[in-house]
Amino acid sequence: MNSIGNISSMHAAILVAVMAVVTFLLRALPFLVFHKQTPPYISYLGRVLPPAIIGMLVIYCLKDVHVISAPHGIPELIAGLSVVGLQAWKRNSLISILAGTAIYMVLIRML
Amino acid sequence: MNRKIIKQAFIKSLPVMAGYVVLGTGFGILLRTAGYGLCWALAMSVFIYAGSMQYVGVGLLSGGASILTTALTTFMVNARHLFYSISMVDRYKDAGKYKPYLIFALTDETYSLLFDGNAPDQKHATEYRFFVSLFNQCYWVTGSVLGSLLGAVLPFSTAGIEFSMTALFIASFTENWLSTGDHRPALTGLLATLLCLILFGPERFLIPAMLLITLALSVHSKRKDAAA
Repeated sequence: MNSIGNISSMHAAILVAVMAVVTFLLRALPFLVFHKQTPPYISYLGRVLPPAIIGMLVIYCLKDVHVISAPHGIPELIAGLSVVGLQAWKRNSLISILAGTAIYMVLIRML
Repeated sequence: MNRKIIKQAFIKSLPVMAGYVVLGTGFGILLRTAGYGLCWALAMSVFIYAGSMQYVGVGLLSGGASILTTALTTFMVNARHLFYSISMVDRYKDAGKYKPYLIFALTDETYSLLFDGNAPDQKHATEYRFFVSLFNQCYWVTGSVLGSLLGAVLPFSTAGIEFSMTALFIASFTENWLSTGDHRPALTGLLATLLCLILFGPERFLIPAMLLITLALSVHSKRKDAAA
């Protein structure tokens, strides 16, 4: 059996299929369940959950940063704040993402 | 097929083009670095088509995750799509043969282009939304292929390119913060997740965080109802 890194290519293919199926089911489920009327509680969640989930994903991306050992999460902090600053200034996500990533790539080589 | 609609859809999709090509390229490079070549990049971008999930997916593949972990992580990372779909239920109701693809292709970026319900010509709104969705996926697939090919030949180290995903979420978070008055949902997401990360550790905090966020926002909704 061929393997890539830690796992066989068969296992990898199954994981890709699982990601595809679960993603599609999540997108399709509301169309199957609420094809008549959306309950107010669900509409409310539909409004407030997206910003909360984005906040959750920010933390998720930074979960492996170690504050105690060097470089103390400083590259993440500086690059992250640059993204916030650029976004507030230019309101252009592409510029913020490109510049923030470039700053991060430079910092991890310097610190 | 109406060429005017295709052109209008193309123009609408342009802001996503640059972002998707760049982020797709980042994904392709990352996947190549993890040992997965062109076919994998193509398969993932055609069949999964979920930007952040595919970045997370690289980690699942290279970490040798189990099927259950993969299914649960996909559920947690993409659960927000439930809510995108909920708000599109009425809009896509009469989409006919286009409906399955419109549902499949409802990514964050496509949603952000189409959620307001505007279309240049309401009579052909479905075709218009279909082409906006399709163009977006083309950009994403193109970027992934490009990244996969580049990743194999790039002369310099691409260490740190994975920060583009973090930057994407920070930019979305900031943009949302600036464009809404009510910051409680965003703060709830940040603080509840941080609390769960401290309590449960980096391996198993995602599910408790999702539950805590939903609970906290639901309690808040009840209070507001009681006050009203």
